[in-house]
Amino acid sequence: MQVHGFLKKIKIASTGLFLAELAVYAVFVLLYYFLVLHFLGARVKQVFDANKIHYAILALVLIVVQGVSLEMLTSALLRVIRRKAR
Amino acid sequence: MDFLISGTHIDPVYLMGIGFIVGILGGFFGVGGSFLAGPALFAAGMPMNFVVGTDLAHIVGKSIVAAKKHRALGNVDIKLGMIMVTGTIAGVETGAQVIQHLKHNANVDIVVAYGFILVLLSISLFIGWESWQTLKMLAKPDSRKSIAADAARRFKKDAPLTARMPRYVKSAQDETGQVKKDASVLTHVTKRIHRFQLPPMISLPVSGIEQISLWSILGGAYVGGVFSGFLGGGAGYVRMPAMVYLLGVPTHVAVGTDLFEIVISASYGTLTHAVKGNVDIMVALVMHTGAAIGAQIGATLTQYFHGPRIRLAFVPLPLIGAGLVIYSLVTGHHFK
Repeated sequence: MQVHGFLKKIKIASTGLFLAELAVYAVFVLLYYFLVLHFLGARVKQVFDANKIHYAILALVLIVVQGVSLEMLTSALLRVIRRKAR
Repeated sequence: MDFLISGTHIDPVYLMGIGFIVGILGGFFGVGGSFLAGPALFAAGMPMNFVVGTDLAHIVGKSIVAAKKHRALGNVDIKLGMIMVTGTIAGVETGAQVIQHLKHNANVDIVVAYGFILVLLSISLFIGWESWQTLKMLAKPDSRKSIAADAARRFKKDAPLTARMPRYVKSAQDETGQVKKDASVLTHVTKRIHRFQLPPMISLPVSGIEQISLWSILGGAYVGGVFSGFLGGGAGYVRMPAMVYLLGVPTHVAVGTDLFEIVISASYGTLTHAVKGNVDIMVALVMHTGAAIGAQIGATLTQYFHGPRIRLAFVPLPLIGAGLVIYSLVTGHHFK
């Protein structure tokens, strides 16, 4: 029974930490949205209108760079959750 | 938020929400999720040509996150993925040619729609039946004893891996030494395919396959590619089950390897669609901010489920896809 209660406490603590980390992630994403994506739109549109091949390469580079960097950010956040849960 | 390239106005929170849901599904099942993201973008008012290309671009970013996570968990067979890409691309071209042929000779929309419904319903029914039978078999007491005996035999390292397994259990060991175990009532089908000895024969240690003909892998990938080219999307709903049932890859490794393959094939698709002006990369970038965290969660969740349970949970996905096509046939709203 004691073990069960202990596990339950850990589960509640992990969920709380997870929600806290989600909030941190949301702040990061909001900052990223306003600082980068908001100003990037017009410049990317210029490339889209000027040259489709350049635009295709730029589009792939942007999504790959964002994919890798957000993977690093989310991994780091999930590592922090696990460390704190222990 | 105004998206200048596609000329649409979409709430970024809506895009992040779609990305998050599709991210969880992609990370857990190893599918691109175009059957959900496509209709959701269309419903938001995006023109159909942009829906297909933008969805592919978002799939690239999401699959990078999920594939990296699966790689860390030892679930990606890079050698198998690279071979499958070759077969998939050839299959996609064939599927696209079939579509071109149908455009001249028949009502292509009706043929594709009925083909799509038939394939999705068959996959769903088949996987549902197989995973249910496997779970029932594993619940029998003698099966449990057999698996316990198998675990005891595992310590004898001199015996070959397959000799230490009950006949319905397949297993693979990744580079870190972690064992990926899976069970299926259809291992006799897999063994029959493994007995096809047309050279060159290759081994896939990460997937636990000691010897298989290269042509079996290319053939499986080619069929998946034909579906992808013919029906649209990444066809992960065909490729993932094909890897499990035909090639004998454990479900966890099939999910991770499928995601790795999706990164390459969706990148190729993004480039070709972007050159034609069919990608609004800003929409894809916003969607991906939600998908990144969803994909991490989905990939992590696979650790807590056995292969047959993952497959059973997979059953509703093709049904949702089939439901959307039936809806578009009845109402005349085209999602794909």
